[in-house]
Amino acid sequence: MIARTVRALPTLLRIGVAETVAYRAEFLVWILTMTLPLIMMGLWTRVAEVAPFQGYSPRDFVAYYLATLIIRQLTGNWVAWQMSEEVRSGAMAMRLLRPIHPFVAYAASHAAAIPFRSVIALPLAIVLLASSGASGLTSDPLQLALVVPSLALAWLSTFACLFAIGALAFFLTQTMAIANLYFALFSLFSGYLLPLPLLGPIAGIAAWLPFRFMLSAPVELLTRPQDHHHLAVLLGGQLAWTAILMTIALSVWRAGVRRFEAVGG
Amino acid sequence: MTRYLRLLAVQLRISVASAMAYRANFLVEGVMSLLWLAITLVPLIVLYSGRTEVAHWTAPQALILMAYFIAVRAVIEGMISPSLVDLVEKIRSGSFDYVLLKPVDAQAMVSASRYEPWKVFELLGALALIAYAVPRLDATPTPAQIALGVVLFGTGVAATYALWILCAAASFWVVRLDNLMYLLGAIFDAARWPVQVFGEVWRFLFTFVVPIAVMTTFPAMALLGTIEPWRALATVLGALALLVVSRLVWRIAIRSYTSASS
Repeated sequence: MIARTVRALPTLLRIGVAETVAYRAEFLVWILTMTLPLIMMGLWTRVAEVAPFQGYSPRDFVAYYLATLIIRQLTGNWVAWQMSEEVRSGAMAMRLLRPIHPFVAYAASHAAAIPFRSVIALPLAIVLLASSGASGLTSDPLQLALVVPSLALAWLSTFACLFAIGALAFFLTQTMAIANLYFALFSLFSGYLLPLPLLGPIAGIAAWLPFRFMLSAPVELLTRPQDHHHLAVLLGGQLAWTAILMTIALSVWRAGVRRFEAVGG
Repeated sequence: MTRYLRLLAVQLRISVASAMAYRANFLVEGVMSLLWLAITLVPLIVLYSGRTEVAHWTAPQALILMAYFIAVRAVIEGMISPSLVDLVEKIRSGSFDYVLLKPVDAQAMVSASRYEPWKVFELLGALALIAYAVPRLDATPTPAQIALGVVLFGTGVAATYALWILCAAASFWVVRLDNLMYLLGAIFDAARWPVQVFGEVWRFLFTFVVPIAVMTTFPAMALLGTIEPWRALATVLGALALLVVSRLVWRIAIRSYTSASS
């Protein structure tokens, strides 16, 4: 099973690349919709120009929101929407015929899109960061080295969470409402709207929820100097939540497939 | 005209009936609306916990603006975007041909064909916000201000509607409408903030490309009495211009529509 999956992986990635290229206009629009960090950046830098806001200078806000934008571009995906659509239309039946776990197949197809996103997100963000936000970034080599595994864990936990929501389409007809609920909670507790330290009591709740480890953790590594204890908490939390979310995703999937009666086909 | 009103009433009744058929979903959506409302308020609360005023907007004034934003968004998300999503489906399935054949204006048919009745919760939330914020203002709005505020709310909705129709018309040529609407929704999100807080680049974008100033900032300023007469006039004219342009573009787009089915 594993050997087969590994052998199929290059092909799956190639298909993912081809899909991304085929739907490039949609893809571009989808990337552009992530403008929220830019709007918030415009707002908060102006606010902090008068005087630093709770210790955040305009440069800190620029660095924070650009880092948020980059991480979100690289880790966001639409697998929940895709899956509920395929369950509804019956296209899911085709996937079940293939001798590869759909988790891997979907993951490969979404992973293949990452280079394309980097093409758009990275140059822009790096230029902006270097020109105006460099002083808000960390220079600690250990933290910078940890950004890569942290980013990978953030990607995997986001993917697992959305895969679980997508698999709920086997049980429910209105998974979109749940996906929207997810996004509502995510934008608040992940630091997507505001840096978590600004949120006061809400930040205390966020520490116990998975959302922070999907976005804020790599952003914190990139932007703020952290002591070693805090680094361990961040990475450890990411590892734990990735494991939990993947377990949930795979169990929801297993339970769901048993109920699946192909529609159409 | 009465025919259009009757049509509107029938379509509304159908939507309410079908929403009531899925009562659990209706409830979930209602709770979701309230949750969104709460999350919408968080950045505002954080901002004003550290500042007494931002770009000459005090906290109660910013709350009024937020209420305008929530109300406009409720109208758009409760009526316009579901209808346009419906339009995509009709174009794909070919049943848009039948809409064109009907003896009523296609734009009127398309822009009010489906509703999400639970967005009423958000409208009520907006009213509650206004009721909370008005006593906390430095000066209570005069009847004239209230009248102007209500009128400009109408033009704000009209301007937003025009923008959405433009985007629907564009989708006849370029990309899928649902994607375009996501994009527009994402940019419209900036309308919850006073246009004055943004820097020059943003302000240019928000005045001429996506006129959030016309959609929410100026209408809220009308209620607050901080708007100059020329600005109020410009808001009305701007909304009218947008309506006319969107109507023209829609008609050109319809002409280039080639059916999917036949």
